Amino acid sequence: MSVKQRGPLGGVWDFFCSLKLTIFTLIALAITSIIGTVIEQNKSHQEYLRFFSEETIRVLDRLQFFDMYHSWWFIGLLVLFCINLTCCSIKRLPRVWRLVHNPLLTPSNQVLKTFSNTDEKLVKGDIKELSARMQAFLGSHFASARVTEKDGATYLYAEKAKYARFGVYITHLSILIIFLGAIIGNLYGFKAFVNIPEGGETDRIWLRNGQTSMPLGFTVRCEDFSVEFYGESQRPKEYSSILTVIDQGETVIDHRYIEVNDPLSYKGLTFYQSSYGPAGDEVISIKVNVRDTDKADAFTLHRGQLAELPSGDRVRVADFTPMFRNFGPAARIEVLPKEGDARMVTVFKNFPKFDEERGGDYIFTLVDFDQLFYTGLQVTKDPGVWVVWLGCTLMIVGCLVAFFLSHRRMWVILTPQEGKVGVRMVGSAHRNQPAFELFFDELKNKFRDELSAK
Amino acid sequence: MTSGQLFNYVTIGYFVAMVLFIGFLATRSVLVAKLATILAYLGFVTQTFAIGLRWYETYQIPGGAGYAPLSNLYESVVFFSWTILLIYLLIDLKYKQKAVGAFVIPFAFLAMTWAQLRLDSAISPLVPALKSNWLTYHVITCFLGYAAFAVACGVSIMYLIKVGKESADSDAPAGGLVGVFPSAKVLDDLNYKAIMIGFPLLSLGIITGAAWANYAWGTYWSWDPKETWSLIVWFIYAAFLHARITRGWAGRKAAILSIVGFLATIFCYLGVNLLLAGLHSYGS
Ligand code: HEM
Repeated sequence: MSVKQRGPLGGVWDFFCSLKLTIFTLIALAITSIIGTVIEQNKSHQEYLRFFSEETIRVLDRLQFFDMYHSWWFIGLLVLFCINLTCCSIKRLPRVWRLVHNPLLTPSNQVLKTFSNTDEKLVKGDIKELSARMQAFLGSHFASARVTEKDGATYLYAEKAKYARFGVYITHLSILIIFLGAIIGNLYGFKAFVNIPEGGETDRIWLRNGQTSMPLGFTVRCEDFSVEFYGESQRPKEYSSILTVIDQGETVIDHRYIEVNDPLSYKGLTFYQSSYGPAGDEVISIKVNVRDTDKADAFTLHRGQLAELPSGDRVRVADFTPMFRNFGPAARIEVLPKEGDARMVTVFKNFPKFDEERGGDYIFTLVDFDQLFYTGLQVTKDPGVWVVWLGCTLMIVGCLVAFFLSHRRMWVILTPQEGKVGVRMVGSAHRNQPAFELFFDELKNKFRDELSAK
Repeated sequence: MTSGQLFNYVTIGYFVAMVLFIGFLATRSVLVAKLATILAYLGFVTQTFAIGLRWYETYQIPGGAGYAPLSNLYESVVFFSWTILLIYLLIDLKYKQKAVGAFVIPFAFLAMTWAQLRLDSAISPLVPALKSNWLTYHVITCFLGYAAFAVACGVSIMYLIKVGKESADSDAPAGGLVGVFPSAKVLDDLNYKAIMIGFPLLSLGIITGAAWANYAWGTYWSWDPKETWSLIVWFIYAAFLHARITRGWAGRKAAILSIVGFLATIFCYLGVNLLLAGLHSYGS
């Protein structure tokens, strides 16, 4: 940056435009990012105590090292980065815009001297006719030319891939777009969860803190849940749910299978299979025989649910466990006679004859039970994600343009010189000079051939 | 013939190519350089075939549904060495700077040696979490990027040696091993060219990784160590790109950034899995 007297404001501006600041910020971001990969983020105080002393924890916490990617200083670096990027673009873009939209049609001698790819030949002939020939020449070997006359000289100008100049700016803009997408996601998106028991449904979800619920605007039903374990262990191998979405009384998604890695999306919300658990009440099937008759009734009951026998006596499952000591599933059944006191009976699924031997007037059998699960769904909404993908696409496109295309310009200037015509050809590329030099050298040969052929 | 045996031949091929390239530095014999290049090509073609064969083998194991062989550490290291050769041969085709081979082929040779001697090469069915097309795109783009950075690192080392030598005895033209090095200007340009290939590929690798995470877990970015390290690598190479066009940062400092970038790449690839915890740990 040249030393200009522009006051303190100019100094600040230059600071924010400087590429040295860019390098500093990028390296600072790289180095500080390491912290969060070494210290596990967002763990509980107890977990940190396993690695650090109370004193160290206090210091690290003050430095916000336990949530560093959201710390004021890290966000500050990112903001500095964006300001740098914006200022730099504001400073340079107008110049590039002018260069692309108002090309230098009649460059001065001084400007032309700055380009190293140049050739010149003095030929006999008429300037009009030569200009037409050189136009055809440029048209067939490079790109069609624009003709300008100035001070008796004729200027031909042709260019290729002028928009390549914008590649870098597309890349830079894309970074701001990605940040924008992330901010939108943070402001308007959320992460929530909901547990739905098998066969149950919900129209509300719970935000991450577990306290606040919010309405979905539609209903999600869990039709079925299944879990597969590794062998006999309790370690789940795969689990999945079948979900149905009902919106305003209409089934819009019917029996959609979801599993870890394969979510369901509806109206901007995505439901991910994330956990499961027992849904509390098992359904218990019992059979009741009246002694010395062949009358038998079967019931399927939740815990606590009452059922009436034909005699008018009532029963309910007072308690149930899938594993009673080593005896397997067991239930305690309470009999509530029309008259008299209630009594308790214990039955075991694995010992169906057990209750018969008790000698009561009813014989109970625990036929089976069905453990219900709830499916744990993570629900996310991120309206910024499309902005992020747009930014990512632009970044790749911008990089490819910036690296692999170059704006190439070619001038042919014809000037009358003592009865002859001086023909000067000058070329310039905004990047990848070696390749352009090769191209220009080849063109130079053709240029000479063209001019010596009569 | 199994893919494992073929990979052994590939390793030997790269070893001989490496020795010949170093021999070229010493002898300056064009013939030696030619032989070295031929061996590099032979190794590359054999390795391509062997990777194809391993792919076929994944269909042959009991219960094997077949998968692109990019799923565990062994397979990824083998693929890494293949991509190094790919990028190197492309650059060799275009720029024909034979001395570069002596600084790039060793990376491919070391990778193959490590894979063949130390890593578990068993083929086993894929765990469900890895069954995704995004994974394949993610791995391929990342590794092509890493390979380009390996080439850039080799060239940067040459650049530093060359520049160091030239400033040490500034009047005499550099002799000895350094004599056949391309000029500092060409090395600087090659370094840039390699990173020019690698940077968009790494960006694409990070993006496909984010897309995969978003699809599978509902967040495209969660600052887990692997993600963060890939971003660190990206920051370093972005710094390199801007360093080159900044007065006072071009040349030596840019070359050092390129080497630091490759060290960070290696850490991102291996260090994170071996030393830090995270979602990505291969084959745990
Ligand atoms: C604070 C942030 C940044 C600033 C101020 C900045 C500024 C600049 C400037 C002034 C140029 C030169 C443009 C020209 O040749 O006319 C440039 C080039 C470039 N920038 Fe950035 N940049 C920033 C961040 C980034 C980042 C994060 C990336 C990553 C994708 C990036 C990618 C590029 C690329 C690919 C080039 C072209 C390099 C080349 O031609 O060799 N920039 N940047």
